[in-house]
Amino acid sequence: MLVALMGPRMPVNSTTSGRPSPTLAVRRQGPEGGVLEFAGTWLSRCGLPEPAGALGELRSGAVRHLAFDAGQITAWDSGLVTFVLKVLNETATWGVAVDRAGLPDGVRRLVALAEAVPERQTGRSGARPPWLARIGTRAIAMATALTIGVTFLGESLRALGALLHGRARFRASDLFLVMQDCGPRALGIVTLISFLIGLILAFVGAVQLQQFGASIFVANLVAVAMTREIGCIMTAIVMSGRTGAAFAAQLGTMNTNQEIDALSTLGISPMEFLVLPRMLALIGMMPLLTVYSDLVGILGGAVVGIGMLGLGPTQYLEQTRAAVSVSDLLIGITKSSVFGVVVALAGCLRGMQSGRSAAAVGLAATSAVVTSIVCLIVLDGIFAVILNVLGF
Amino acid sequence: MAYGSFVIQRDLDFVVERGEVFVIMGGSGCGKSTLLNHMVGLKQPARGDVVYDGESFWDSTPEARDGLRRRLGVSFQAGALWSSMTLAENVGLPLQTFTRLPPRQIREIVSLKLALVGLAGYEEFYPSEVSGGMLKRAGVARAMALDPDILFFDEPSAGLDPISSRRLDDLILELRDSLGATMVVVTHELASIFAIADNAVFLDAETRTMIARGNPKTLRDECPHPTVRAFLRRGAAEAVSGGTAA
Repeated sequence: MLVALMGPRMPVNSTTSGRPSPTLAVRRQGPEGGVLEFAGTWLSRCGLPEPAGALGELRSGAVRHLAFDAGQITAWDSGLVTFVLKVLNETATWGVAVDRAGLPDGVRRLVALAEAVPERQTGRSGARPPWLARIGTRAIAMATALTIGVTFLGESLRALGALLHGRARFRASDLFLVMQDCGPRALGIVTLISFLIGLILAFVGAVQLQQFGASIFVANLVAVAMTREIGCIMTAIVMSGRTGAAFAAQLGTMNTNQEIDALSTLGISPMEFLVLPRMLALIGMMPLLTVYSDLVGILGGAVVGIGMLGLGPTQYLEQTRAAVSVSDLLIGITKSSVFGVVVALAGCLRGMQSGRSAAAVGLAATSAVVTSIVCLIVLDGIFAVILNVLGF
Repeated sequence: MAYGSFVIQRDLDFVVERGEVFVIMGGSGCGKSTLLNHMVGLKQPARGDVVYDGESFWDSTPEARDGLRRRLGVSFQAGALWSSMTLAENVGLPLQTFTRLPPRQIREIVSLKLALVGLAGYEEFYPSEVSGGMLKRAGVARAMALDPDILFFDEPSAGLDPISSRRLDDLILELRDSLGATMVVVTHELASIFAIADNAVFLDAETRTMIARGNPKTLRDECPHPTVRAFLRRGAAEAVSGGTAA
């Protein structure tokens, strides 16, 4: 394969060393005429003169007719075109008649092309809006987000209702795929995190409890903490980073490719077809992962208890069994189901809301993780208060 | 050109003259866009080289290659604008990265480039806020940011209505005439090919090589290869060769 492309006609990219620097002069022509004389290399990187000086001279000389002389220009690029445009815009406001014949042919054509479509008044500028407008915009955005969130929650409840009535339309194979992804495939990361958390919890507890000769209670600390709180919350946080972000990215990309629009136009509810399987999968898998996480965490605690504190395996196991009640386990499992709904809803909501660009999909994934973690912590607090009031 | 052991096109040998509009044409899947990717340095040919004004692209150092790349501007099929940046930021990024121009001058050049493609006033819009045709034109503005010697266009007419497509063709010709730049266009739109091309090369998907090169109008009337005649006559090669002019 050989492809040859021949170089430029106009030396715009040649080196500037040894070239004459750009100069600009104003020459009077008759009582009301003026000529802008360009000479040298008019390349942006050569440091072009500002038009203000020449314009001031033209204005003070009450020039009514302006012409250009670019015969001495050796090279030019966009810098000359922007310079000429500025001169033309400024002189137009004084009512000066301009003869463009003296400009290089390419510059004349580019100026004409730039002027062909007048600037659209879009009302946009790079300037920052005033503080009151910013507060207002933020408040409206928050209210809109809240409305969208509540609407999404309502629609997901309707989809659940449709499921209960046997009218929900989604593919069982999709449900199994999502269940596989957020169940067995998450075991590795859940194992690692839970084992280390159990280990750390036991180690921190051991240091304190050893001072009172109560090392055996490390088993109680790890078992109760893992089953009631840490197991479900850590699993939920891991799943929000792993699966919730993936849901947001998947749905966001589908939104970008108009795949969600395609479902809607076929009369298939995206809530039923996309959101429902993801929600069901997490509701089903989260309790299982939480029980698994509890067990692995307790194992991590046992490693410290048996290896560092010298407790016997049977002794540690008995102490753990005595410390954990069925209600502790059930509390953890119940919370994990609710957390599963939260992670799935946050991921799907942000994905469905996502804009249609790469940046928007990234934002959707970030937003899904932030939303779900905030909701998880708040919900966990609410659970703690309710359970305390109920005496559990 | 090959993907692994699969050869897409072989024995490609042609010259693009300075200041001309050169069209790479051929049916779908023949490797037009792949050839463009090879010409702009995104892919290395399995064998052979791309030579810019006597300077080898693939036989040179990475620094020299980067220097050559800055002499090229590429307008991608769907604009390929960076979605997290405004149109002004998209056009301004090459200027900020590769020149030492002050921010004020960069803003002026960005406004000029956007005005040249009819997008004056859209500086602060994000790619997601403008239409497909405007995205393409903004892509052309970004490709022109560094005043390149050679501008490449990948399917400029794809997805555009006939009027927008015609405007983009006119823009290509006007930019060629005013900037004096060389234009390389990948397209299979016959109207565009006949409107803008000085010269063209035809890639054949079946034989996996170029089977014709020259002016498209001449090729339509005189090319001995029936595939090329059929392509340039919208499949009516035999009827035309039988005496009914296209």
